[in-house]
Amino acid sequence: MTCLVEIPTALRALCEGELQVQVPVGNVRSIVRALDERFPGFREQLGQSFAVAIDGELIHDPWLEPVPAGTELHFLPVIAGGQETQVSVNAAYAAPEDVEAAVALLAEAGSQGRVLAGGTDLIVQMRTGQCSPQLLVDVKRIPALGVCELGTEVLRLGAALSSAVLREQPEVRRVFPGLVEAAELIGSEQVQGRASLGGNLCNGSPAADTVPALIVADATCIVAGPTGMREVPVAAFCTGPGETVLGTGELLVELRVPRPPARTSDAYLRFTPRSEMDIAVAGAAARLELGDDGRCRGARVAIGAVAPTALLVPEAAEALVGSDLGEDALEAAAAAVRAASRPIDDVRAPAAFRTHLVGVLSKRVVRIAASRAAGEPG
Amino acid sequence: MTRMHITTCLNGEEIDFLCEPHQSLLHVLRDELKLTGTKEGCGTGDCGACSVILDGRLVNSCLTLAAEVQGRSVETVEGVAGPVSQAGTVGLHPIQQKLLEHAALQCGVCTPGIVMAVKALLDREPDPSEREVRYWLAGNLCRCTGYDKIVRAVLDAAAELRNLPEERQPA
Ligand SMILES: Cc1cc2nc3c(=O)[nH]c(=O)nc-3n(C[C@H](O)[C@H](O)[C@H](O)COP(=O)(O)OP(=O)(O)OC[C@H]3O[C@@H](n4cnc5c(N)ncnc54)[C@H](O)[C@@H]3O)c2cc1C
Ligand SMILES: Cc1cc2nc3c(=O)[nH]c(=O)nc-3n(C[C@H](O)[C@H](O)[C@H](O)COP(=O)(O)OP(=O)(O)OC[C@H]3O[C@@H](n4cnc5c(N)ncnc54)[C@H](O)[C@@H]3O)c2cc1C
Ligand code: FES
Ligand code: FES
Repeated sequence: MTCLVEIPTALRALCEGELQVQVPVGNVRSIVRALDERFPGFREQLGQSFAVAIDGELIHDPWLEPVPAGTELHFLPVIAGGQETQVSVNAAYAAPEDVEAAVALLAEAGSQGRVLAGGTDLIVQMRTGQCSPQLLVDVKRIPALGVCELGTEVLRLGAALSSAVLREQPEVRRVFPGLVEAAELIGSEQVQGRASLGGNLCNGSPAADTVPALIVADATCIVAGPTGMREVPVAAFCTGPGETVLGTGELLVELRVPRPPARTSDAYLRFTPRSEMDIAVAGAAARLELGDDGRCRGARVAIGAVAPTALLVPEAAEALVGSDLGEDALEAAAAAVRAASRPIDDVRAPAAFRTHLVGVLSKRVVRIAASRAAGEPG
Repeated sequence: MTRMHITTCLNGEEIDFLCEPHQSLLHVLRDELKLTGTKEGCGTGDCGACSVILDGRLVNSCLTLAAEVQGRSVETVEGVAGPVSQAGTVGLHPIQQKLLEHAALQCGVCTPGIVMAVKALLDREPDPSEREVRYWLAGNLCRCTGYDKIVRAVLDAAAELRNLPEERQPA
């Protein structure tokens, strides 16, 4: 006595192109075994989690389901994306409530421990097998990492502060429009609900959007570790793609951004093929200070996605300071930026295009920062 | 690995569940709590099918660990509709009703995520512009509709919600 098995599309190649085969009756387990004998690898390719339909009736947990004679059996393997997309199966999770406890956990776990902020980089990397930490230290319950405080001298931003929260601070946006616009370019609403400034920086992506903006803002990283606290200028924090100065047991606690002088403002621009949900092909940030005569009194220019890390370009600032920010000065700054960039060819763009682009973006971003510094709307 | 005992508020109700430390909120919702309204499209934050609201913020449940929701509040698509009325009709939320009326779904896989994203938007901004709606929904991919009907449904739902008298506003 047999039943008729419909071979799922994904397994047809393995089954020598058969669409349907007759198999001796039994239960689902015996049928899978029979098919595996006839088509070695069938069982493995089908996987553990699948449903079946027997004469049209859907059964979700089918291994022991009897399959009577004359019935028609369909396998319903999980579709791509529905497959085991669990994060690394052995990771433990801790959510300490103060910095000391987090540092102790990280120090003990050594290279096996990772900080979890919003998880929008880390969980993706764990899922795609790029890393498999044994301990995740969720830092979102530590009050110090959630601060957002604009004082008379400095803006204090907790490392775990999400873009979504940062965007909702009108006073911070007024003083640091470029920094906030960089943070709100990250991903989607959903991603911004979680994505933190600290994560954007510590992930070490050369294309991270907030990093050039933090560099022109002259931010300082406050780092806690087993031997105490230390400070690192944001421009020196990333050391290569995916690499930072953080050592074992160290945690970024806070970013401190000095309040800019009067008649000073910032801006950030990036180029992406799509207007949302894309990674920068090139990015540029600028902070401009204007003198009473309207000429450029101070400048900081930084670029992203065109070198192993985001870069401060002092030569571009030199080309601007003292100038009237006319076309010649902007072109000289663009040339300095292009000279400083060391882009790669990749799936997003060829290096030559990135070099051209980062010059164009720098000119635009300087104009925007200057008009903001002059108090012009927009 | 020892399982973790998590207590959270899910769609307004205090609940408990056990999870592995590495399990995503999405997997716990679907596989442990059998709330299969929340969908998995990509598992990497790109599609928005898994959108839920966590402490009032729209997030991807595929990139959230279940263990993180200890003591927090989670809203999923199952909590959006009102109760079934005496006449037996489901008390759909105006967002859901308008998506239906505008034929703003075909296969429906993206729809629960869209509903949650739109709810998070309208809870914040009752009168969004079309541009705001389009940007807000940039993280919700739809393979079927071409988005236009979704955008129209959202604008219509927003208008309806603004015009509903206080006592008829959904919870
Ligand atoms: C769909 C999607 C779109 C995206 N789009 C953009 C984009 O447009 N622009 C962009 O720049 N990025 C983008 N990203 C990447 C990501 O969202 C950002 O880099 C985000 O800021 C990371 O923050 P997080 O809190 O999620 O970090 P996590 O993923 O939690 O952490 C990232 C890394 O930093 C480490 N880390 C985090 N916090 C600390 C800390 N306080 N101390 C020490 N180490 C720490 C973690 O261990 C991990 O290695 C996108 C991601 C997704 C999924
Ligand atoms: C929800 C939904 C509803 C749909 N409704 C309809 C419908 O009502 N009517 C309908 O007809 N279709 C429908 N489609 C199918 C699809 O949208 C259309 O067939 C569409 O016109 C395909 O165009 P595309 O550019 O997306 O093709 P693609 O997916 O890019 O290409 C389709 C195929 O053609 C090949 N191809 C594309 N361009 C070329 C070229 N220049 N030279 C050689 N080969 C090429 C591709 O390699 C591929 O094999 C629907 C699809 C979805 C998902
Ligand atoms: S499944 Fe979470 S964003 Fe696609
Ligand atoms: S309705 Fe099918 S993906 Fe949107």
